Amino acid sequence: MADVVLKNLSKRFGDTQALADLDLSIRDGEFVVLLGPTGAGKTTTLRLIAGLERPDGGRIEIGGRNVAGEAPADRDVAFVFQQYSLYPHMTVYDNLAFPLRAPVRKLANDEVDRRVREIARMVRIDHKLENRSTRLSGGEMQRVAIGRALVRRPAIYLMDEPLSSLDAKLRAELRLELKRIQKELGSTLLYVTHDQVEAMTMADRIGIVAEGRLLQVGTPREIYGDPASLHVAARLGQPHINLLPTDLLPGANPPPGTKTIGARTEHLDIVLDQNANAQIDWIEHLGDQNHLHIRVRDHKLVTLADPYFAIRPGDRISLTLRDPLYFDASGQRLG
Amino acid sequence: MSSVTSAHSVVEPSPTSKRIAGAIVMLYALITLIPLAWIFLTSIKSPPDSISYPPKVVFTPTLEGYCNLLTTRTRQTPEYIASLPAPTSTCDEVTRKRNMVIAGPSNFLPRFANSLVIAFGSTFLAVSLGTLAAYGFSRFRVPLAEDLLFFILSTRMMPPIAVAIPIYLMYRELGLSDTALGMILLYTAVNVSLAVWLLKGFINEIPREYEEAAMIDGYTRLQAFWKVVLPQATTGIAATAIFCLIFAWNEYAFAALLTSGEAQTAPPFIPTIIGEGGQDWPAVAAGTTIFLIPILVFTILLRKQLLRGITFGAVRK
Repeated sequence: MADVVLKNLSKRFGDTQALADLDLSIRDGEFVVLLGPTGAGKTTTLRLIAGLERPDGGRIEIGGRNVAGEAPADRDVAFVFQQYSLYPHMTVYDNLAFPLRAPVRKLANDEVDRRVREIARMVRIDHKLENRSTRLSGGEMQRVAIGRALVRRPAIYLMDEPLSSLDAKLRAELRLELKRIQKELGSTLLYVTHDQVEAMTMADRIGIVAEGRLLQVGTPREIYGDPASLHVAARLGQPHINLLPTDLLPGANPPPGTKTIGARTEHLDIVLDQNANAQIDWIEHLGDQNHLHIRVRDHKLVTLADPYFAIRPGDRISLTLRDPLYFDASGQRLG
Repeated sequence: MSSVTSAHSVVEPSPTSKRIAGAIVMLYALITLIPLAWIFLTSIKSPPDSISYPPKVVFTPTLEGYCNLLTTRTRQTPEYIASLPAPTSTCDEVTRKRNMVIAGPSNFLPRFANSLVIAFGSTFLAVSLGTLAAYGFSRFRVPLAEDLLFFILSTRMMPPIAVAIPIYLMYRELGLSDTALGMILLYTAVNVSLAVWLLKGFINEIPREYEEAAMIDGYTRLQAFWKVVLPQATTGIAATAIFCLIFAWNEYAFAALLTSGEAQTAPPFIPTIIGEGGQDWPAVAAGTTIFLIPILVFTILLRKQLLRGITFGAVRK
């Protein structure tokens, strides 16, 4: 395990700037998640670190050494791909053993065997070691793929949306397992996803990426509660943050230069009141909670409500802001 | 991909239309098999039976054709033959009935061996070179890749025999005329374009993530190619190998022009049998029958891959 430092990393593909001046340092034993939409440059970052692509500019250090000239095999990283993760012509056992049998490592057979079985137990696939890798369910395949990375102790694990092709239940399960294993091993891990739940639940720190730029890095709480810009604020929170003009609702205390107010559920106080400033349009019942669709003049807001909150479409409510987020004309956070 | 398959399966053919289609295919298969059956039956007829008209359907099978194929014979007087000790083999016996004795083995087996060496050798070379070239075109940014691929394909756009004269002259200068090496190189040159194009398609279908994973796992690109790409390309390699082998095995024109002795292959040799002692159709048919066997065995062994190769592009997993 080691620190990984990226400095001014840039990469172009034809006319597309995939990555622009990215700076990020990942501490030993840290779980960092890069969160962003498709095409933001997340995967490119992983591929640059792994050595599958050459950067146009910038520096990559793994454990203090510049790895620019090193082949992927020499960089001491492990990679979990989003898809096509297992070698289809091999058994589960051979897939897990494949990195250990690499000529550069020259491990003895019984050492390979010991580690394969240990990891198979850890990712709970030890009952299917002799199966063809193509004869596994999606969840089992991804567990083997993660296992094939974990079987080594590289400087850093790179994971490219490893759970995105799975169904929701499995994803939730593997999310927990992955976090448990990472804690157990004390691994350094850079994980890429567009799923904010994965980012919020697993990360020690989250990096928000958009259009090849790293917008903000911080703990999940910081990113959620203290976003540096409108874009970051819009990445997190379900339902989506409400963006309002400054004069729409009372209770705000906008600093000079404020153009937009961002209000999530926790920034909105609702009181039933016939002479109020807002009206309930309709309600989505999700079971454990309700989504309230609220109209204020010609603006629409969505917020969460407790299912026991007695409210019906058409009800008039009084809507007040409580410590919302303020953004200037360029989308930067104020105050 | 799934939408493509479902689009095909929207209208499931009815049992009746399936039966009709099956009957047509069977009929077609029977028609194409008639010449093969004719050849085999001729090979076990006696020479008089083979040229009788109308053709004999019921006849006494004999190995005479095969004996004549594998031996050379000299004509002797009946008195001389009667004075010989008892025949030691079936071939001795049938030959003596025609007032002849076996003088020695014919050239068929060496020619057949030439065919095996040249066809399998050139197939191996064409597929090996083709695999490497196809991998390169598939995975690397090759300058002018499109033009190079078109150039490679263009070598198939004329009949190979169009370049027979220049090749004949070149080979004479280089001392490659009538050598197995010369024929292997020639067939490799003709086949490698087919191999590159076929295999490029197959290798394109193998996701590059596999090699990337292997390279991160501690392997060099060459090791990853060997351990991860090749095992997954076996279907394509097998299909390509069959196509190359069929061409090299059946090729007649170059073989007739460039080989006459040492390196002569079976196709130009078989017709020469007919000249030895009249119209010996059973011997020719016997040569053809034996000539068919290797390709038949090879094709049966790899028929799944061959089917995949023929329907290439139409079938998706």
